Amino acid sequence: MKKPLRLFPEAMKNLTKKAATSKYPFEKAKTYPGFRARIVFESEKCIGCKMCMRVCPAGAIEIVLSAEQPAPQTAADGSQIPQKKKFDCIMNLDRCIYCAQCVDICPKKALASSPDFELAQFDRKKLKLHYT
Amino acid sequence: MSKMQIPLGPQHPALKEPENFMLVLDGEQIVDATVNLGYNHRGIEKAAENRNYIQDIYLIERVCGICSHSHVSCYIGAVEEIAKVEVPAIAKALRTIVAELERIHSHLLWLGVAAFELGYDTLFMYTWRDREQVLDCLELLSGNRVHYGMNTIGGVRRDITKEQVDEISKKIKYLKERTSYYVNVVTEEPTFLARTQNVGKLPKDVALELNAVGPTARASGVDIDVRRDEPYFIYDQLDWKVITYHTCDVFGRAVVRVLETIESYKMIEQILKAIPEGPISVKVPWKIPAGEAVFRYEAPRGEDIHYVKSNGTEYPERVKVRAPTLSNFQSLPYCLKQGYLADAVITIAAIDPCMSCTDRAVVYDINKGERKTFDQEELRKYSIEFYKKKGISFK
Amino acid sequence: MDAIIPLLYIAVFPGFIFLGVYALLMQWVDRKLSAVMQNRVGPPIYQPLADFIKLISKEVVIPENADVILFKSLPYVAMASIITSIFMIPIWDGKALVSFEGDIMVVMYLLIIPTVTFFLAGWSSTSPYSTIGSMRVMTQLFGYEVPLFMSFAGCAILAGSWSISGIAAYFSANPWFILLNLPGFIAALLAAEGKLERVPFDTPHAKNELVGGQFTEYSGRLLAIFLLSIDMEMIVLAAFISAVFLGGLGSFTGLAGFILFIIKTFFVCFILILFKALMARVRVDQMLKFSWKWLVPVSALQILIDILLKVNI
Repeated sequence: MKKPLRLFPEAMKNLTKKAATSKYPFEKAKTYPGFRARIVFESEKCIGCKMCMRVCPAGAIEIVLSAEQPAPQTAADGSQIPQKKKFDCIMNLDRCIYCAQCVDICPKKALASSPDFELAQFDRKKLKLHYT
Repeated sequence: MSKMQIPLGPQHPALKEPENFMLVLDGEQIVDATVNLGYNHRGIEKAAENRNYIQDIYLIERVCGICSHSHVSCYIGAVEEIAKVEVPAIAKALRTIVAELERIHSHLLWLGVAAFELGYDTLFMYTWRDREQVLDCLELLSGNRVHYGMNTIGGVRRDITKEQVDEISKKIKYLKERTSYYVNVVTEEPTFLARTQNVGKLPKDVALELNAVGPTARASGVDIDVRRDEPYFIYDQLDWKVITYHTCDVFGRAVVRVLETIESYKMIEQILKAIPEGPISVKVPWKIPAGEAVFRYEAPRGEDIHYVKSNGTEYPERVKVRAPTLSNFQSLPYCLKQGYLADAVITIAAIDPCMSCTDRAVVYDINKGERKTFDQEELRKYSIEFYKKKGISFK
Repeated sequence: MDAIIPLLYIAVFPGFIFLGVYALLMQWVDRKLSAVMQNRVGPPIYQPLADFIKLISKEVVIPENADVILFKSLPYVAMASIITSIFMIPIWDGKALVSFEGDIMVVMYLLIIPTVTFFLAGWSSTSPYSTIGSMRVMTQLFGYEVPLFMSFAGCAILAGSWSISGIAAYFSANPWFILLNLPGFIAALLAAEGKLERVPFDTPHAKNELVGGQFTEYSGRLLAIFLLSIDMEMIVLAAFISAVFLGGLGSFTGLAGFILFIIKTFFVCFILILFKALMARVRVDQMLKFSWKWLVPVSALQILIDILLKVNI
């Protein structure tokens, strides 16, 4: 059955409706919980196993020893207790594909996804984040 | 008027990805057509050999933007077959949900693109507006709109919660209503019918001969669907039917796609009612035992085949991707011939081409004007010599 | 002083500036309304002007094989013929600026000139896309021109006058006859859609098939003039249709007449926008088939009705 101007009723209804477009830069875009965007790093939890470097498909993560290591604490009996080594994470956001496989593989949950997705920069160097 | 040769692409408003179709025109009529691949080759298969199995998941996912879950599921299916992993029931159910959501999203996208190629912008905007709901579902479930990253070897990466089930069921209900409306639009709007009926004819015997797959084949009355013929995931436990249509033209392909979307809603509703319990994945060692496997998967565009060969290390020896579009391209020159130039774009769009998944490298000698194909050994020799010239030597 | 007034007519009102501003505004209405119907936001009101200024400031590239003089002069010819035709359509009061028996024919012919320039534009740029585009322009011309002429002729026969102002005056004196001319009105609107090369009849420059159609090789200032003259043509054609079918301005003069002119042209344009938004593009052979199978018989029927009415009055 042919009906000319089949979309006419729908189009007329839309004349009074608000546009479905989201006004993104002017309004905040909504993301659902669990959205995978910029990876955040907690140095205290990292044990330097470098599993994340091994699974990263894009080679975006680099775990390095921090320049400043915590000084060994002196115990009550005077002996030196070695502290956990401190690690830094260098995230190359220009290479990261936001798959969050590093978050999954991390045994100590030192890496986590954040919903922060507005990461565009004019300068590529600014995309190299150094978490300490 | 003499015959005229017109290049459709690689840069053309109707093509979303670079690919070249050489049309020989007699007035408005197309007398000959050739498909030229090779503008978008990315060497993914080679790159996959240099990454381990986990890294390859995300590489293979990026073979295609629209059917990212299809390619990954197909690759993972092959790897799991080699490693002899039994995937938990809940992981299979979740993979099926994402696969069917992806099919809905792909088919609604296709309807929009087809409407756009016909200058029917209003339908285009409506379908793409409603597609947002599917993308929202996918984001809710997996954490991203396009590259879901839902799969991992041995299961899935995320569980589904009660709230997510409710939210998705609500959206599916809305989409179901909208899609039945689009079925009416597609089958009743006279201008749409005028442009799609008896266009791009592909009779059943030709479709079989030229190896058409997916909705293109099903619209020609070929009753094939991997989901039924060789069930994977949990398709054998669901109540659904394979949609076929008999008109063998673009209109049939549109109808098949829209009706398939409705079948997908039915499947998702069934799965959401009874999601199995248990752990979402099993552990799989880094090193996959030596072996090879082929996995067949019904992607939204048709049958997708992945071949994986492992050699006992954590890197695959060979990954081979046969995207559905490559198979459907064979039938395209037949569909284009004897048609009108005005119908060329909708005929090309009707197979839902995904150029980047399908693209193959072609060596073309400009001076001699001839093409050359390599087999694997020749290519290996050529690449070693190529790098030797640059001063990098291989032992 | 006497020499300045005609110049003002041409340059300001109802000539270039008025027509240009109204055309750009109507382009905005077109885009905005289609957007709202498609549940989108649509462009801001200054967008058409911004597009026009941007195009004007761009470089003009002329193909090597093209006839330079022809290629450069065509946009201006198209625009001039459109501006000329607005003088014979009543805008300010019941009688147009230039009005004589037979001016309806003059306007019809003046409005063919842009189509011919589109054809020549495509033909002279010698690229395959524009050649096919210009062939389609000509093919389509045979489709819509006859029903457009015939439906206008029906009104002229009924009114017993071959001047636009005369027809408008007759219909505003006998408003009920407007309803009897409804089939012709619809046929004329669909034919106008073909003349303006809008969806569903925009095959000559269907961007998905022919990139830019006959304008593929045009760029910069020349393209801007062409696009503006298509927008102007829409206004002129809407004014023409509203004057012939909808009774023109009647006894209103001055500002009231002008407001009525705006309302009526807007109404006609609204229907044109509706057609554009709600239909898919048809093939050029289907377009010809449609116009000879439906539009021509309908407009012929319209002439028959008008003759019968004329005899019985």
